[in-house]
Amino acid sequence: MIVAGIDVGGKNIHIVVKKDGQILGKTTGSTGIKKEEVVGQLYDEVLKKAGLARKDVERVVATGSAAKRVAFANGAIPDVAADAKGVIKLIPSARTVIDVGAEEGRSIKVSPEGKVLDFAINEKCAAGTGTFVEAMSRALEVSVDEMSKISLQSTQTLSINAQCAVFGESEVVSLIHQKTPKRDIARAVMNAIAGRIASVARIVGLEKDVVMVGGMAKNAGFIDSLKKNIEMDVLVPADPDYMGALGAAEAAIAGVYTD
Amino acid sequence: MAEVKTQEFWRWPETNWVNPDIDWKNGKLITAGVDVGSVSTQAVIMVDGELYAYGNTRTGSDSPNSARKGMGFALEKSDIKIDNIDYCIGTGYGRVNVPMAQQSITEISCHARGANFMYGPEVRTVMDMGGQDCKAINVDGRGKVLNFIMNDKCAAGTGRGMEVFADLIRVPVWEIGPRSFQISKQPPVISSTCVVFAKSEVVGLLESGMPENEIMAAYCSAMAHRIMELLNRLGVKEKFVITGGIAKNEGVVKRLEKELGIKTAERVWYKKEYIDRKYPFDTQLAGGIGAALFGQALLKMGNAKSARKA
Repeated sequence: MIVAGIDVGGKNIHIVVKKDGQILGKTTGSTGIKKEEVVGQLYDEVLKKAGLARKDVERVVATGSAAKRVAFANGAIPDVAADAKGVIKLIPSARTVIDVGAEEGRSIKVSPEGKVLDFAINEKCAAGTGTFVEAMSRALEVSVDEMSKISLQSTQTLSINAQCAVFGESEVVSLIHQKTPKRDIARAVMNAIAGRIASVARIVGLEKDVVMVGGMAKNAGFIDSLKKNIEMDVLVPADPDYMGALGAAEAAIAGVYTD
Repeated sequence: MAEVKTQEFWRWPETNWVNPDIDWKNGKLITAGVDVGSVSTQAVIMVDGELYAYGNTRTGSDSPNSARKGMGFALEKSDIKIDNIDYCIGTGYGRVNVPMAQQSITEISCHARGANFMYGPEVRTVMDMGGQDCKAINVDGRGKVLNFIMNDKCAAGTGRGMEVFADLIRVPVWEIGPRSFQISKQPPVISSTCVVFAKSEVVGLLESGMPENEIMAAYCSAMAHRIMELLNRLGVKEKFVITGGIAKNEGVVKRLEKELGIKTAERVWYKKEYIDRKYPFDTQLAGGIGAALFGQALLKMGNAKSARKA
């Protein structure tokens, strides 16, 4: 059976095409404004690369904040369910899944079967999301990847007091003016976000194994800050940003989704 | 190569003024209040409790220089010198770093006192909408603080949020209020809790071809909603006034009044002679006026000594 999982998030779209547990193709792109069109284009591209057409795909399941915009999907599942399903498939020992994307941060308690037992979410405020890191990387004039790298070389601990991304940016600018090394500012930013997301995670409780997914999971500097904050190990699967799409594909295989 | 001019849409005009009806040399007590906020700085000079001069400027990179700049601007149109001032009080976010001040008082107290002077003793709730925070304050008939709550953690509902928006939409910040009413249909609802998210929503709306004025209306509504939530937690009593920079934005004020079901007091002086003589009424002066009045009271009661040098 060939299935597709499509995750339409705040900033990016991720698509996975699977056949009997094997990944035939995957792709990602910016969500942009015309979400419907972009999703269709990306979907056709990834199918073409895999030598497939839309008719070859038995089921398409969408997820993410704009899941409803995928007109051609057979159904949708909530993003927390997609995260849980995707992670349990790859890391069966996972009990806590932390997902930090562009505009959301969430922590999910999962059962060994990949069921969502409880979750907490921050979707109201950019502090504690990928957007915060992007804003700070602009202020620091380094790329997000570079910021992750240099944050790991930090030699002194300082803290960003602002909770708000807008105020945080002014704070970072004044730290730059005080000639604070960029690596230490980068570290302070990572620590700040880790602190925010850790407090979301503590609402549901942190249980081993903790697995981190979403775009921020690719940020080694952030992962390091998070580990230190929660004083637990944090596992990161391959392609952590594709977890929503993978989970949606799992739902398509199982046939568990809402129309 | 042609010079590229970048326009700063957030940049509001700086102003200063001196009272033509007062000769400071005849004054007994000359006091000053310097309100160094996170975004703007006001220096106010009062002669025997009457408004004599002020300067309203943008806060620079550090508090002492911003205070000096504000004071210099206030003194500019008069022959009065800093050494002629009996007592100076610092207030605002940078209040402990005002070099010419003898002491500091929190901006909550100063705004309450200043609003009492500007709008009159019937004022019961003061909403100070500053650059990086907003405070709802309940006061008594003497301008004394009874209770307050503030948001200083989040840019939503602050002047800085409005500046970020002005820059994004490329419309001068003072045009946003009037233009937000020039709309033909109800604007969409945008995020009222986070400036960063509101920004990405606005970019989306602009790209989708929505008229700019409607987007301005949406942003003003979001800000009004955010302030209303704060006010509801405190409880609003009439006479209700708004101080600070956002008070000048009708787009926010009118929508806030509608949400609350309470009118804000008209932005005019309580003192009739100030109205008759057409003294400029600037809502950003409340903190500075309050501070200068506290200085006067301290000297009169003998709780402070004049620091006048000349």
